[in-house]
Amino acid sequence: MIKAKQKPIAEIKTLIAPYKKILILGCGTCVTISFAGGEKEVGMLASSLRIASAMEGQDKTFAEATVQRQCEWEFIDAVADQINKADAVISLACGIGVQALAERYPDKVILPGVNTTFLGMAIEHGVLVERCRACGDCVLGLTAGVCPIARCAKNLLNGPCGGSHDGKCEVNPETDCAWQLIYDRLGRLGQLQQMDVLMPSKDWSKDYDGGPRKIVREDLKL
Amino acid sequence: MKAGSNLERVLTSGHFAATGELGPPKSADPEVIRRKAGLLKGYTDAVNITDNQTAIVRMSSISVGTMLLGLGIEPTIQMTCRDRNRLAIQADLLGASALGIKNLLCLTGDHLHFGNHPTARGVHDLDSIQLVAMVKALRDEKKFANGEVIETVEPRFLIGAAENPFADPFDYRPYRLAKKVAAGADFVQTQLIYNVPKFKEFMKRVVDLGIHDKCYILAGVGPIKSIGMARYMQNSVPGMDVPEDIIARLKGVPKEQVRKEGIKQCAEIIHEMREIPGVRGVHVMAIEWEEAVPEILELAGLLPRPKL
Repeated sequence: MIKAKQKPIAEIKTLIAPYKKILILGCGTCVTISFAGGEKEVGMLASSLRIASAMEGQDKTFAEATVQRQCEWEFIDAVADQINKADAVISLACGIGVQALAERYPDKVILPGVNTTFLGMAIEHGVLVERCRACGDCVLGLTAGVCPIARCAKNLLNGPCGGSHDGKCEVNPETDCAWQLIYDRLGRLGQLQQMDVLMPSKDWSKDYDGGPRKIVREDLKL
Repeated sequence: MKAGSNLERVLTSGHFAATGELGPPKSADPEVIRRKAGLLKGYTDAVNITDNQTAIVRMSSISVGTMLLGLGIEPTIQMTCRDRNRLAIQADLLGASALGIKNLLCLTGDHLHFGNHPTARGVHDLDSIQLVAMVKALRDEKKFANGEVIETVEPRFLIGAAENPFADPFDYRPYRLAKKVAAGADFVQTQLIYNVPKFKEFMKRVVDLGIHDKCYILAGVGPIKSIGMARYMQNSVPGMDVPEDIIARLKGVPKEQVRKEGIKQCAEIIHEMREIPGVRGVHVMAIEWEEAVPEILELAGLLPRPKL
């Protein structure tokens, strides 16, 4: 799922400085699960901003709403009244939600309240880790189900660099070395010979280097 | 001959090679290059020029290499995958070859995190093994990375790669080296060796796999200048293995003798390297201490260098 982290309150305050009536709009899917932008976080941010606004003698108002998914037209259409009443909307959704609002409400100021951080999962409560880079050309079938693009700081495709130490990455000793994980799993699967295969240079045009990506499914079009 | 460099002649004629290293300055000052070149000239078969070493911006490897050519020193330029994509690398290599540079060391590159521009975007379009394969195709097939044919003159380099015998997983390291050689590496320079027994074990496995017959392996060595430097390498340099006894020996001499002892220790390690089957030379990395190289090589019995 998409993981996000709330922006620092000072940055949010700067973003909303010119506006008076502000709607804080949460999203009920990914950012709710990553505790960054669901109904609860909308409430907490609204309280903080109300207090800050009162202390600074401003007369800003903060409305609150949360939709199930900000990345689908039907859900964001449902809060049109609240959006239209606001001078600006702080979206606590990922960057997709922010842009969906901006596209649907062309005359409205839409501001991000979170930093969209990565595609990943919670490996334990409160610990979110990156697992996929959406590179557009999945190699997991060759790497024992461990992604060297998302999980190796150098995107190596042909084994661990010289900085792999005790199973950890030289860049951050708290991060597992992806290639140690790949090596261990290939060993367990009896496929260590895969480590000897030269993986050719990657086709990055399927990643963001090819420009914004689009999938058109003619079979599903109405 | 693949590239016709001095280093290639030394290696193919069976001499035990000795290469040095020169770190370019963090400035546009050519005097630094001339000074360091003067310290190394005539003492090594080729001199590596680092490419933004430890991800710190420095004068470019190819430009320093070109200066060295003018000063009568054979350069081995280093090229990392961190700062350039395959277009930039190929363009630079065409230029380097046109300028007369004949040795190339292909590296992934230290991560930006360790350098002085940690917020820059790391390129990593290729990894070091893919880079080796690309350079080999440029040279031997006259083909660019996209398969397009080089119509006239192809860049010809003696292709080098690096290997760290001390990184994990240890059991995989000889196979990783084999992969680099299969991709096209003609010579290999290793990470700095202080843990000699572990390196011997690595080389035993390399020899068992027959890799030493397919490429020239140069053992990385370097003198330790101070106890502080030893501790720093031991604790803070990724992939370094500095055993306690190496440090204990330096601690055993008066402070003003540490440098001299470091030079002696380095020469002794070189003597040990010469006895290890499969090792065909040493790569002396005297970081910001180029003055030490002649003395080390003299003590190691590697001077004068062959004139071929």
